[in-house]
Amino acid sequence: MKLAIVVQRYGQTINGGAELHARYVAEHLGRHAEVEVLTTCANDYVTWRNDLAPGVETLNGIPVRRFRVSRERDPHEFGRLSQRVFAHPHSLGDELRWLEAEGPASPSLVRYIARHASDYDFFVLFSYRYYHAYFGARAAQGRAILVPTAERDAAIGLGLFPPLFRGVRALMYNSHEERAMIQAAAANASVPGVVVGIGSQVPANPQAHRFRQKYQIREPFAIYVGRIDQNKGCAELFDHFEGYLREQAGRLSLVLVGNSLLPVPGHPRIRHLGFLDDTDKFDAMAAADVLIMPSYFESLSMVALEAWALGRPVLVNGKCDVLKGQCLRSNAGLYYESYGEFVETLRAIEQHRWLAGSLGRNGRQYFRENYDWPVIERKYLDMLTRLAKTPATGAIEPLPNWFERRRASRAPADEVLAALPTGPAAAVEPERMRRGA
Amino acid sequence: MAEFNVRADAVNVEQIMEQIRARIREKRGVDYTEEQIRELAAVKLEQFLDPSGLRSDLLEEFRRARPAGDAPPMPNFAFDDTTLYDTHRGPIRWIRRLLNPILKLLFNPNPLIQALHIQSRLNTMQVEAEARRRARDQLTFEVLHNLVLETTRMGIQVKNLTMRLESLASRLEFNERRARALESAVVYKPEPDRSGGAQRQPSLQERGGELARQRPPDAGEGAPQTQSTHGAPPQEGPGQRSRRRRRRRGRRSGPPAAEVMAGTGSTPDTQPSFSEPAPAATTPPSASWPTQEKADATPPAGRPDVAEAPAAGSRNDDPGAQNE
Repeated sequence: MKLAIVVQRYGQTINGGAELHARYVAEHLGRHAEVEVLTTCANDYVTWRNDLAPGVETLNGIPVRRFRVSRERDPHEFGRLSQRVFAHPHSLGDELRWLEAEGPASPSLVRYIARHASDYDFFVLFSYRYYHAYFGARAAQGRAILVPTAERDAAIGLGLFPPLFRGVRALMYNSHEERAMIQAAAANASVPGVVVGIGSQVPANPQAHRFRQKYQIREPFAIYVGRIDQNKGCAELFDHFEGYLREQAGRLSLVLVGNSLLPVPGHPRIRHLGFLDDTDKFDAMAAADVLIMPSYFESLSMVALEAWALGRPVLVNGKCDVLKGQCLRSNAGLYYESYGEFVETLRAIEQHRWLAGSLGRNGRQYFRENYDWPVIERKYLDMLTRLAKTPATGAIEPLPNWFERRRASRAPADEVLAALPTGPAAAVEPERMRRGA
Repeated sequence: MAEFNVRADAVNVEQIMEQIRARIREKRGVDYTEEQIRELAAVKLEQFLDPSGLRSDLLEEFRRARPAGDAPPMPNFAFDDTTLYDTHRGPIRWIRRLLNPILKLLFNPNPLIQALHIQSRLNTMQVEAEARRRARDQLTFEVLHNLVLETTRMGIQVKNLTMRLESLASRLEFNERRARALESAVVYKPEPDRSGGAQRQPSLQERGGELARQRPPDAGEGAPQTQSTHGAPPQEGPGQRSRRRRRRRGRRSGPPAAEVMAGTGSTPDTQPSFSEPAPAATTPPSASWPTQEKADATPPAGRPDVAEAPAAGSRNDDPGAQNE
């Protein structure tokens, strides 16, 4: 079986969520099938500048074919078009212009897919909202499998995407909430889909004491791992934690791991360690009492999964449906939606050792059952085998004609998004239910 | 932290969260979420704030006023001295250039070109000024929005604190009344003369040393015996009934104050008699209590602090305990 992984950026040093996800999937499926990566020459997700050379190279045994991006992103134009399609009634033409302005516009990549579609059994396209996925799926001629990596943002409300979600061969979702959201937006329940997510390479024996010794941290602490950014909810985390310290609610310190785009409060019990390599990161997580994930928008938090793999409880922002759903399904983490809940949940985990221990054990079990690499690989392979046995039935609906594209009949994406269901989704796989029945 | 009623081998996050929320409600009272505060800020602000202060529809008005500023920027044109003759068709451009002198014979296009050029620059400046104004408006909106939110939050906090203060004041008043009632109950009454005549009332100093070692006899027995020696029910003065009721209430709410205050070692036969017979539970142990002023200043030596005794007997009334 020959597979093409199509993703917006690809490289050892590229650590974006979807890009890392794609790399892990490519490397793991590479053990079972012939895998090639099709991507762009971009390294920067803001400008999509052609930083890397076009052509074929090999990374960790996987051939990577790069194509040039035809134009860099103009942030002003992209901002103006985003405002138009998200907040005002607009036309399909506006949405197509928005997609092109968002990038990475690489017609050569799409042309390659169209020309060589028959050379591959399937194209696994990552991130529905980008140019390469939208046009790549159309070019793949019934061989497209989509890994949407959708978050609850306005892009899901655009009229461009429902035909894409309905027309691909299968969807590999990251979470139950993502599946519920996409099915509500696109009415694509008939398209084969499975909640897969992503595994993580967690070391078997992380050394908590090594971390404590190296960084001179003796007190109990909560840890945050990731980019320290307003968009990740870190400003709220700082507010809440400073309140926790002011109230003298407990003995925990806060350790921050990751690059900072936000000023870190200067408090002796808030320590910023900067970016750590994987060994130190896992040591730190093993040494922590609890991992805090304050983000409002996550399609799947790999860090939370890693904490669970290490048997650590997590405390997440309950306003993020995906994180809250994960906690409820796994019984391995608590969530907060206000300052009072933040303090009390943190204190509960800190003061009740049995609670922290039980949550951690549940987390480890949940990770093993759902996110261990053999489980993930099996889900992908099952889906590929199933699709290989059944012929493609439908194709992606064609784009409407010239006049139709210019009719301002599309509702603002923000309004569409607001009408979608919210909250944690049910944990039961419909397919499994059907099979069981 | 209240203990969770969940067994370690069956953790249910939803159940734990329910318990944590109940705990928060118990501890902090009504805990408004961010959404609720926003809703309050937008709708019911006047209920929480001084009516002469912030207007509740301020944000709404600001939002209504803004759409005009959100219009897309007006299109502009670039204008220079060759624009009038520009075309993407090469031959036409060539013909225009050829005939330009003839055109200039008929009229002078320069003032027109100049005016349009100036207009183009003015348009550009206008667009820039508009962009600056929008940025400022955005900032103003944010400031206003945050101000309204914070003011609402403060209003709610002030309301909560006022209620808490009122509650504390009423509890304090109640405790003071209770303390006064207990103090008035220890007015010493001379021991009745068994031969009918009144015995000389010993001075407090004389009785003090003796009574300090004494303890009221078993509750409810000593005092009625004293009554029976008189052969007649005691006369109830004004306010005595209500005092007795208060004592009974005090007796129900906790351990006997006498036990708390007196310690052990007294014997029934040394029971002092008081102006009003009362069960030992609320009977002060000794007639040697100092006067109110003295009690406030220094509690009697060798006893638990008399000022603490009522509070110890009525732990449920402790406002501090409830507010924890």
